[in-house]
Amino acid sequence: MLSEVKLMFDQIIQFLATGLSIGSTYALVGLGFAIIYNASGVVNFAQGEFVMLGAMSVVGLLGAGVPYPLALLVAIAIVTLVGFSLNKFAIEPARGASVVATIIITIGASILLRGAALLIWGKDIFSMPAFTGDEPIQIGAATLVPQNLWIMGITVILVLGVRYFFDKTLIGKAILACSCNKTAAGLVGINVKLMLLTSYGLSAAIGAVAGLLIAPIAFTSFDAGTMLGLKGFAAAILGGMGSSMGAVAGGLVLGVLESLGAGLISSGYKDAIAFVIILAVLFFKPSGLFGFKSVDRV
Amino acid sequence: MKKRNKCLAGMAAVALGMLSASSVVLAAGDTIKVGTFLSVTGPASFLGDPELKTLQMYIEDINAKGGIDGKQVELVHYDTGGNAKKAVNFAKRLIKRDKVDVIVGGSTSGSTLASMPEIEKSGVPFISLAGSVKIVDPVSPWTFKTPHTDRMAASKVYLDMQARGITKVALISGDGGFGKSGRAQSLALAPDFGITIVADESYGRKDTDMTAQVTNIRSSDAQAILNFGFGSGPAIVTKNIRQLGIELPLYQSHGVASKKFIDLAGDAAEGVRLPAAALLVADKLDDSDQQKAVLVAYKNAYEAKYGPVSTFGGHAYDGLYIALEAIDRANSTDKTAVRDQIEATKGFVGTSGIFTMSKDDHLGLGLDAFRMLEIRNGDWALVE
Repeated sequence: MLSEVKLMFDQIIQFLATGLSIGSTYALVGLGFAIIYNASGVVNFAQGEFVMLGAMSVVGLLGAGVPYPLALLVAIAIVTLVGFSLNKFAIEPARGASVVATIIITIGASILLRGAALLIWGKDIFSMPAFTGDEPIQIGAATLVPQNLWIMGITVILVLGVRYFFDKTLIGKAILACSCNKTAAGLVGINVKLMLLTSYGLSAAIGAVAGLLIAPIAFTSFDAGTMLGLKGFAAAILGGMGSSMGAVAGGLVLGVLESLGAGLISSGYKDAIAFVIILAVLFFKPSGLFGFKSVDRV
Repeated sequence: MKKRNKCLAGMAAVALGMLSASSVVLAAGDTIKVGTFLSVTGPASFLGDPELKTLQMYIEDINAKGGIDGKQVELVHYDTGGNAKKAVNFAKRLIKRDKVDVIVGGSTSGSTLASMPEIEKSGVPFISLAGSVKIVDPVSPWTFKTPHTDRMAASKVYLDMQARGITKVALISGDGGFGKSGRAQSLALAPDFGITIVADESYGRKDTDMTAQVTNIRSSDAQAILNFGFGSGPAIVTKNIRQLGIELPLYQSHGVASKKFIDLAGDAAEGVRLPAAALLVADKLDDSDQQKAVLVAYKNAYEAKYGPVSTFGGHAYDGLYIALEAIDRANSTDKTAVRDQIEATKGFVGTSGIFTMSKDDHLGLGLDAFRMLEIRNGDWALVE
């Protein structure tokens, strides 16, 4: 009996560890949503494609013989450029469009990026080497791979970085100001265009980082961004749209719910279990766990 | 006939191009018309693309060699884009407008099953290239198929488990059509082989980590693990199983029978067993193997023209030759005669196996059509 309880306990530890490591990938993707949302109130549905492009670029660069660490950096740079151009060529020309119209543009952009990736890399699934090997690490009763720790570590660093950026730096505050009121922000001398450009670049870069962290564990393919984007979006909503801490909390909760749902109840219903709980949370707290109370703009 | 002439006149009046098209129809008596509808583009293009290339390549070859009974073979093709509704329309068009003699096509089980009622009603011999066992079970008079079924895959795996004395199996399957159907067959067949399923887990098609499910399997008393799935899922399952330090024998399905799986799962794939078509190991087969000559010839011909070969194109090869040999034996393109001759296919050596069809078996493959493979040193090895 005692050994059975211990076995159950060990299992739950493993579920939690797995949940936290899956959750951090969702958190990273969710974090990207927060930045563009903070700048313009727009949910960028091409965020998942940034994640995919990050990983696919690394695969492409490695294939071309670029050394590993350099390939990671170049991939982030490439995706950042894609983020800039998304803003420059699709979002900016449509200035004056409503938030909903802009969101639709981002959906279009996601289809375009997915199609482009399909043309460049084909339909194959690609693997990517882990940063520091595949040897499993035993922590108590739980087993993780080093890449899980990389994901968690870099998530923490990026979250703190993003938080610092928005709370303490002038650019960060200027970006927030654009979201509150574009006209007023322009009147006080903030270059609204430049702020939007920055936010798209930043969020693309974070998406790329998420992509190249996740790919060694979960592989990548031209359509890998769709599901990750959706899960990241769910994480961001659950935590409170626009809050970087919220995105992380949302991601971790989502990951743990999925893992516990799959382990303890039924793996067939794990997504359903997670989404029902999210809906329940949003029913009682529509702004999400860490969301700002929505303030009417007069 | 009068009606037809009227119709022709009308068409000619509308467009000159149509006239030349209908003159081809008039000349149809001299050619054998093979109709096909495949998902050459869209999500199932990995099936339809090699299938179409195979059909085109061999029909060109047959025509260059003088055709069948002195008649040239003409291929009429439509791309369904993986859409079952389109497949039904194209099947109708093949039958009514193109008046084909035989249909070899239907890349996906969905498109095959959707167009079967129309084809059965019109009475045109149809060889499907899709996997589901439902296509030939129960047997429909006009429909045949060439690919292995998931029931055969599960049986093959269970036979191998029996030989190793395994009686308790943990099942983990993807939630796509392939995984679900494989799971259902595995559950249904287990008692026949004296096997108990002690864990039954599943995962989503795009899931990134299956550790939770594998943890449950670890705490069950399973002696082996069977994974039915497709795409990246099985590779992640394989990695997760080894990461958790589980040393149980792992069986995959024919859904991962490609080099890609070994690439993705890396070292974790070592020792994994799976049932697969012999095409995968064509070069490694014994020279006395009946299938070897056919397999090597197909592989070389395809790879010389298009690049790496896949078993899916092989299904089209089998379907085309079974149909054409039946027409050859029937010495006519009379639908009923051709149908009867397809049903009488005996000992046809194809890429999927050796086909012997009958009134009750419109697939005609035995379990020996699957080879049990093991991954050793990053390559396939035949398990004796």
